Amino acid sequence: MEKNKCFMKALKCRECGREYPLEATHVCEFDFGPLEVVYDYDRARKTLTKAALESRPRTMWRYRELLPIAGDPTVGFQVGFTPLVRADRLARHLGIRELWIKNDTVNYPTLSFKDRVVSVALSRARELGFTTVACASTGNLANSVSANAAAAGLKAYVFIPADLEEGKIVNSLIYGANVIGIKGHYDEVNRLCAEIAGKFGWAFVNVNMRPYYAEGSKSMGFEIVEQLGWEIPRHTVVCMASGSLLTKIHKSYQELIKLGLVAEAQYKVHGAQATGCSPISTAQKAGMDFFKPVKPNTIAKSLAIGTPADGFYALRVMKDTGGSAEDVSDDEIREGIRLLAQCEGIFAETAGGVTVGVAKKLIARGTIPANDSAVLCITGHGLKTLDAVVNCVGRTREIKPSLREFETLLNADEQVNG
Amino acid sequence: MPANVRIPTALRKLTSDEEVIEVSAGTVADVIAELQQRFPGIKERLLDEKGTVRRFVNVYVNEEDIRFLQDQETQIKDGDEISIIPAIAGG
Repeated sequence: MEKNKCFMKALKCRECGREYPLEATHVCEFDFGPLEVVYDYDRARKTLTKAALESRPRTMWRYRELLPIAGDPTVGFQVGFTPLVRADRLARHLGIRELWIKNDTVNYPTLSFKDRVVSVALSRARELGFTTVACASTGNLANSVSANAAAAGLKAYVFIPADLEEGKIVNSLIYGANVIGIKGHYDEVNRLCAEIAGKFGWAFVNVNMRPYYAEGSKSMGFEIVEQLGWEIPRHTVVCMASGSLLTKIHKSYQELIKLGLVAEAQYKVHGAQATGCSPISTAQKAGMDFFKPVKPNTIAKSLAIGTPADGFYALRVMKDTGGSAEDVSDDEIREGIRLLAQCEGIFAETAGGVTVGVAKKLIARGTIPANDSAVLCITGHGLKTLDAVVNCVGRTREIKPSLREFETLLNADEQVNG
Repeated sequence: MPANVRIPTALRKLTSDEEVIEVSAGTVADVIAELQQRFPGIKERLLDEKGTVRRFVNVYVNEEDIRFLQDQETQIKDGDEISIIPAIAGG
């Protein structure tokens, strides 16, 4: 790579195109449109080549030219390059020829795709001179900010809905972060954070650091393409909360095409939501290009955003690529979690159950054709949302430490199973 | 007691860095008209050409999104808190 490692040119409003300097700011002063990083693709193309990639570490930072920091990363060196698993047993179950799981349940260090965005946001926050970091979170982001801030020696304040799963709360507290539970749903946490973000001079990863933060999600898409042997999957199914990940997966495919790393191809990006919080999928199914905010009520708490900030853009990506959206009930979410676990040995959190459940529906109705190939983005680990499945996994059967008792149990099983 | 509007950072250049603006009661639309009269230019930041609230602007009355109320027709009483907040990402 060149000595000058800054491939960013400016921040630019996605709505009106006005440009802003590369600071901790996220909203266009004119129309409130979100700001996005503009890159120098001509320079990036020279150094981000397949040959160069061969010698780079197998982390998300191998795509450094397309990640928005100015120097070397200082937070989260080991993040990313999670396994892309060929899921033949699940494929057979869902009735599709070829299926892959992009398994971010084992992302480092906090077992969700949020480690990707946080390592970018915190590295950039340090470059801009911040010493306190913060976030509004449905859980996974809070876990990742807490852990990565601890490792980087930064002070952290994380704001979450007070009724989150215990696993997600403990997983933030353990790192010594200041965890603030807000009595309300995520949209209310978000509103509060938007109001306090400007006030204390903190780096709020999903508020004033958002243009940098959101770009970290692209690494998931870069990896999928590289791990498929430089091929864009025909179908990608992505869960949607704010809709940001779905838009960034699409952007990652577009950037790889732009840099000449992969051939232009037809692909569809599909969005998955829980029926109890489905503003984007409801709009997509009705053929609308705007959504109506909702009050969330679903076990998929990590997706429970009723006013999705990137909903418009997610709808546009699905429209442009010919993708579809669908949503699933709480029972279908639990069934999705169980299917993935029992077919592939991967324990996903509720958002993963949403993705599997929606993929099942899209395949069953032929939206994803049976003779085709698809990638499911699985974004977080099931140990974080044990509460959601604890009552539907059966119970351990207890016996004394006696061979006779075990043989009796086994005989009973054999009679049941024939 | 009049109602208060909390002005987001992105609009404070228009209000000479004033964070909270006192307005008289009426509807949300009336409040926006009053703001425009006192801080020319603020209306086009909040509303598009058709007069609807821009898609990345969220307006709350007493912490409730006006899209769950009566939108710009939502009545503002004395003592109400109105917040104008840009949409932000999650999760």
